[in-house]
Parts: sequence; structure tokens; C-alpha cells
Amino acid sequence: MPVKHKSLFEIQIPECEGDILQIQDLHFSYPDGHQALRGIDLSVCEGEKVALVGPNGAGKSTLMLHLNGILGDNSPVSVAGLAVDKENLSMIRALVGLVFQNPDDQLFSPTVFDDVAFGPLHMGLPEEVVYKRVEKALADVHMKDFGDRLSHHLSMGQKKRISIATVLAMQPHILVLDEPSAGLDPRARRSLINFLKGLPITMLVSTHDLRMVEDIFPRMVIMDEGKIVADGSSRDLLQDEKLLEAHGLETPHLSNQH
Amino acid sequence: MHVDVFDQYHFTPSRVHDLDPRVKVLITVLFILSNALLPDGSWPAFALAWLLLLVANDQSGLGLGFTFKRSVVALPFTLVAVSAIFSPQGSPLAVWDLGFITLIPTDLGLIRFFSIVVRSWLSVQIAILLVATTQFPDLLHALEHLRLPRTLTTIIAFLFRYLFVLTNEVFRILRAREARSAGLPGVKGGGKLSWQIKTTGSMVGQLFLRSYERSDRIYQSMISRGYIGHIRTLNPHYMERQDWLYLFVFILFLVIIQFVGWVS
Amino acid sequence: MNFSPAPLHIPDGFLTIVVSAIFWLITIVMVGLAVSKTNRSLGEKQIPIMGVMAAFIFAAQMLNFPIAGGTSGHFLGGTLAAIVLGPWAGILVMTAVVGIQALLFQDGGLLVMGANIFNMGILTAVIGYGLYRLVIHQKKGIRLAVAGGGAWIATMAAALFASLELWLSGTTRLEIVLPAMLGVHALIGLGEALITVAALAYIEQTRPDLLNLDNSAREGGWGWIVSGVVISLLAVLISPLASGNPDGLEKIASDLGFLGSGLDAPFQILPDYSIPFLGDTAISTILAGAVGAIVLIGLVVLLGRNLHRQKSD
Ligand SMILES: Nc1ncnc2c1ncn2[C@@H]1O[C@H](COP(=O)(O)OP(=O)(O)O)[C@@H](O)[C@H]1O
Ligand SMILES: [Mg+2]
Repeated sequence: MPVKHKSLFEIQIPECEGDILQIQDLHFSYPDGHQALRGIDLSVCEGEKVALVGPNGAGKSTLMLHLNGILGDNSPVSVAGLAVDKENLSMIRALVGLVFQNPDDQLFSPTVFDDVAFGPLHMGLPEEVVYKRVEKALADVHMKDFGDRLSHHLSMGQKKRISIATVLAMQPHILVLDEPSAGLDPRARRSLINFLKGLPITMLVSTHDLRMVEDIFPRMVIMDEGKIVADGSSRDLLQDEKLLEAHGLETPHLSNQH
Repeated sequence: MHVDVFDQYHFTPSRVHDLDPRVKVLITVLFILSNALLPDGSWPAFALAWLLLLVANDQSGLGLGFTFKRSVVALPFTLVAVSAIFSPQGSPLAVWDLGFITLIPTDLGLIRFFSIVVRSWLSVQIAILLVATTQFPDLLHALEHLRLPRTLTTIIAFLFRYLFVLTNEVFRILRAREARSAGLPGVKGGGKLSWQIKTTGSMVGQLFLRSYERSDRIYQSMISRGYIGHIRTLNPHYMERQDWLYLFVFILFLVIIQFVGWVS
Repeated sequence: MNFSPAPLHIPDGFLTIVVSAIFWLITIVMVGLAVSKTNRSLGEKQIPIMGVMAAFIFAAQMLNFPIAGGTSGHFLGGTLAAIVLGPWAGILVMTAVVGIQALLFQDGGLLVMGANIFNMGILTAVIGYGLYRLVIHQKKGIRLAVAGGGAWIATMAAALFASLELWLSGTTRLEIVLPAMLGVHALIGLGEALITVAALAYIEQTRPDLLNLDNSAREGGWGWIVSGVVISLLAVLISPLASGNPDGLEKIASDLGFLGSGLDAPFQILPDYSIPFLGDTAISTILAGAVGAIVLIGLVVLLGRNLHRQKSD
């Protein structure tokens, strides 16, 4: 896959051709009474790459779990025009590729192959198709020959890539990643960033890594205490030190300030 | 400490590694069964079984002494069988009066004891060879093909996967405990027993909760990928001529061993 | 990493085919039942829970602690698993643990695995859960105490059955091995009991919802209660009888006629044999065993109360 080295800041954000994700006034409380989401409004366009930033406990992971119906019944969320409810659930789960923060939760099978094949198999695809999907997904994350490897032998960076492959194999329309660069050493982080940059798919990615935001994501959404406090172009928001500090985010040393 | 000590698999390109895992599982079980069937004291047959084991070692490319070196795991338990030496069925070899009990080693007792030790020692070696030449996931596939209930093989698959994750967590917890208990002046190493047990208990509780929460997240990640209650996996294993051949030859050898054991 | 080779993991070669087969049969029936019960009564969520719990039991078994004179307590976990997950799931979890220990680490044999699963997974579930189920609606202190007592009895029962299996196979002389096994496991069982109680107390403190006491999986408890109580009583009664007077047991066993081939016939007992510290009448040894058990349960009750009070402070 070609890796674009041109900064996305120079790329014009395309006109929206239709929302792939729509959330209107989403509230959620955990069973213990903790109010984790307090009125979320968000829409994401086909092809857009959106960063979701905010301090720990802001509700980013909780929001992501709503996108494919793991949390919330009949929540005001729709994906590609389909309401996220019981009826559409299996369809929604094929459309939304959700990758959990900890790869040890995402990779639960003994071998890499078993894990990448899990999604396609449970979508009911025939075996030949499953093999092809696995092969392609592993190639997409540059881990072609890793099928027979045992998950617990992989490095953190490799685990993160395989985690992404496990949902790419389902050919989702939107990729949702929870803190993909957390816990990576600089080299693994850099290679993950290059890889995500080149991935031609709609993305919603939660992160603390503002330099990654600057690198990949034209649009940035800031969450705090269960609400969206800012939503706009990363270029502008990343300049707003006051805003960032108010929500526990460190100002990155932006490359265009060098 | 790194948990790779758990990995029993040793790769070298060899015919044994290439065999269908079902064949290897069957061979292993049949070999152990054959040892159990041999009468006590059939040394020529035991010797033949050992020879067969050596050939298997050699064929696996791991070296003749591979399983022998690792078979010490079987040693401690032989202690349990020591009392067999005092079987009253044979003719006495000596009389040891220990005051509260009189021990009389007999010839049949000795034969019984050494037969048990040899059986156990041969059996453990083939089991070692099995896991050294078979990746665990393949072993699981074999068990599935051999009709183990899916629920059970799935649990074992999870166990295998998370063994490594959770034992690492245990090491972290243990290190934290050591750090906390070492620095206290006047407390002798490790602290009092009641304290030890209580902390061990709460460590177990803590580990339980973490594991439980992890299983929650795993479940979420499974349903995210379409799981609705039936685990499906692909088992790309097909018996080839070579596999049947090995199985057949091995069984033939076992029959010969049984013949030698019961006729001599 | 050292797995202190617990004397409960019987290797291949130590049991005869007949004894192995008998216990495989029981184990297959129980595990088969457990598979169908858990498939039916518990949701699809149960699979990852049981899988990770099996890994948890495996990992928790590495948390050794020194007991006395160099012996180290080795957590088995069967009772804890059965109480927290329910008995059927507990059996499956322990089956997986015993299975992987045998397959991957040669800790316990393959042909004898049926017996090992029975001793360490099924007995512990029946006894540990059966007794616990009896007091499931009682106050926390009582529940914890019974859980601890159950864990101790289950460990002793496992040692008892392992000894009996070895003896039936003609591998050991009961009068030598049983007192040793029971003696060691009285200590190991104490560790097991205390860890089980402390772990349960911790779980109940932090996540009481996980022990939800009116879970539907907990229904039909009478079968468990009766088998738990009966088997515990049997274990408590048989142990001293067997170690003090193995002739009686042997007679029963040979009357039942399931001793396998003549080659493996168990040993006749030396006529002048007696074990001094247990006395020589069956009655006195039964009494001794019962008193021991009562004292232990009393201790565990006290500890349970104590823990309970400390936590609620
Ligand atoms: N299972 C849960 N039960 C109760 N509260 C939870 C649970 N998961 C998360 N929370 C709480 O919800 C809030 C949002 O958490 P989360 O979505 O994980 O935040 P983020 O991903 O932004 O760090 C936090 O205050 C957290 O403590
Ligand atoms: Mg989060």
C-alpha cells in the first residue's frame, strides 16, 4: 500500500457526500449510576478521518461501544442510514470495525490466523472467501506471513496491527480505533501512523497523541466529562492552547511551528 | 521472568513435525495404553518400547536424548510407588523393623515398583515428544476432530491464550508483594503466615476480578466480530498417505511389543 | 517457573487400565452433563468467562506460599471456581486446567486424566459447591466459613481418592501412603481453605454482583446439597477408617470385585500392622477424624467472622 507522505494539512477536506455515522443527543449511564455520556451529537462523513481526543474518563471508549450496539438499546445512533438496534445488529457489526484499546482483549484466539478469520467466519462467509479475506487483511497491515504465529509471541506493535487486521478482514465501512498508539515505542508508533495514513477508509480514532492527530486527522473532536466540547479542523483546534489545557491535553510541538 | 518457559514446542523441520496432529495424538495415547497393558516385569517389551521412543526422537530431528533429558518431571512421583516394594505377594528379600512398622521388601514388590517407574517414564516421554513437535493450536484442532465437545476445546483455547497474559499479571502482582514485604525492618522474610495467606487470598481475589473484567471485554470484542454463541474455526487438517502409513507402522510396532510382552 | 508437583497430579503408569477406565467413565459422564447444562442454562457470554477463568485458576495456582517446614501451599482452586461460576461451569473450568497441565506440561498423565479430573475438578465442585449451596442464603460469615470448610474437605477428599485409586491399582500400600497423603493435604487444604475464604471475601467486598446469589444457574440445588453433604461425610468417615483399618476397605473392594487383573491385586496387609498415632479401633479413628474436622470448621468460622469484621470497618 502506498504511503502518502504529503501532510494532510495540505489536502482539501472533501465535500461530504453523506453521513456514514450519525449520533443525536446520546445519553448513557452505567448500571452503577455513573453518567458517562451526557448528550453527544456527532456526524461523520464517508471517507473522513476524525480524531476523538479527551482526558481519561471523558467517555471516548463508552461512545465507541455505542457505535456497534454493544452498549445502549435503541440509542440514537445510525450507521450508513441504519439505526443501531436489535434488528440491524449483525449488519451494523459488519459495517463498523471496532478495535479495542488492549490488543490482548482483541486477540483472543491461539493463532493470528484464527483471530483474523474470526470475523469473516462469523459473518457466515464461505471458507474460500475467508481465506482470501485473511490473506488480504494481513497483507494490508504488512503482516503477510504471520498467520501461523501465536498471538502471545507478538510484540505490542505487531499485536496492534493484527488487531486492526481482525476487523479489516470484515471489510467494514468505518474503522473505529480506541487509542491505537498507546503503549507503542516510537518506531512502532511511527510505522502505525504511516500505515493508518495510507488506509483509504473512514476512521474514528480516539487518542491522546496530538502529534498523531496533526499527522493524520484533518478533523478533531474534543470530549470531556461525557460531552463534546469542541469539534472542528485539527489545524485550528491544535493551535488553541487554552482549550487544550482546559481539557487536560498537552499542546504538541506542532510541525508547522518549527 | 518471561513466560516463554511455557513454550514446549521446538521447531525443526522433520517428518514428525509434519504429521497430522490427530495421528500424533493417537500414537501418543496408544503408546501409553500399550505400556499400561504390558504385564509387570516384561523387560524385553519395555526395552522395545523404549527403542520405538528413541526412533521417534530421532525422526523428530530433536535428537535421541531429547525426551530423556526432559523426563525428570516424572521423577518426584515415583516416591509414591515406593511402598509397592513391600508387596507381600512375593518372597521376602529382607526384614526391616522400624519399630512402629515392619517393612518386608519382596522380589515381586521390586518388580512391580520398577515396572511402574518404567511405564510412567516411557509414557511421559512420548507426551513430551507430542507437545515438542506439535503446535498447541494444532493439538486443539486434533482434539476437535477427535470429537471433544466444542465447548471444552474452546475453553482450552482461551486457557492457552490467556495463560500467558494472566501469568504475566501474576508475576507483576508477586513483584509488588515482594517489594512491599521486603523493606519492613524486624519482620522476617515474607512476613507472618496469617499475613501471607491473607495477602495471597486478596491477590487471588484481585486476579479473579481482573480476569473477570477481561473476559467481559473479550466478549465485547467477540460480539463486535459477529459472535452469537457458536464459535467457528477452520481446521485445515487432512490425513494424507504418509499419515496413515505412520499410524499403521506405529500400531504394528505396538502389536509386536504386546506380543513380546505377553509371550516371554 | 516451578510448579511444585502436587501429589494430586497422578502420572501415567501409576494406575491400572481398569481403574483409569472407571474414572474416565465417571468423568466423561459428568463433563458431558456439564457441557450440556452450561450450553443450555448459560448464555453465549459464558464461553469467554469460563475460558478466562480457567486461565485464572491456572495462574492463581502459581501463587504459592510457604506453610511449614519447607512445604508450600499450592492453591487448587476447584472450590472457588465452583462457588463463583456454579458447579457445572466449575467442572468444565477445572477439566480444562487439568487437561492443559497434562497435555502441555506433563503434570499428570493422559490415560489417568479421568481420575485426575475426578479428584481435582469433580469432587471439589460437588463438595465445595454442595456444602456452600446449603448455606447460600445465610449470613456472609457463615457462607465464608462453609466455603472454607468445603475447600478443606474437598482437598482431603481429593487426596483420599487419589490414594484409593493408587491402592486399587496396586501401586501403593494404603496403610503407608494414605496417612502421608492425608497428613500433607490437611495442611495444603488449610491453605486452600484460607485462600478460598480470603478470595471470596475480597470478591464479595468489591463486586458482590458477581456472586449474585439468586442466579438462575444456581437452581435445582438440592441434588448438589445432598451429594455434597453425603460425599463429604463419606470422605470424613472413610479417611480414618481407611488409614486405620484398610483390611475392611479391601474386603469391600474385593467383594465388589472390581480390582482388575490378578497381577494388580492390592496387597494383603501385614498381620502385625497398626498405625500408632491413630489408635487401632475403627471407632476411635472415625472419632478422631470427626473431631479434627469440627475443630477445623470452627477455626475457619472464626477466621471468616474476623475477616468479615475487618472488611466492614
Ligand atoms: N463498566 C463500567 N461501569 C461503570 N463505569 C464505567 C465503566 N466503564 C467506564 N466507566 C466510567 O465511565 C466514564 C467514561 O469512561 P471511558 O468511556 O472508558 O473513558 P475514556 O475512554 O475516555 O477514558 C469513566 O468515568 C469511567 O470510570
Ligand atoms: Mg478509553
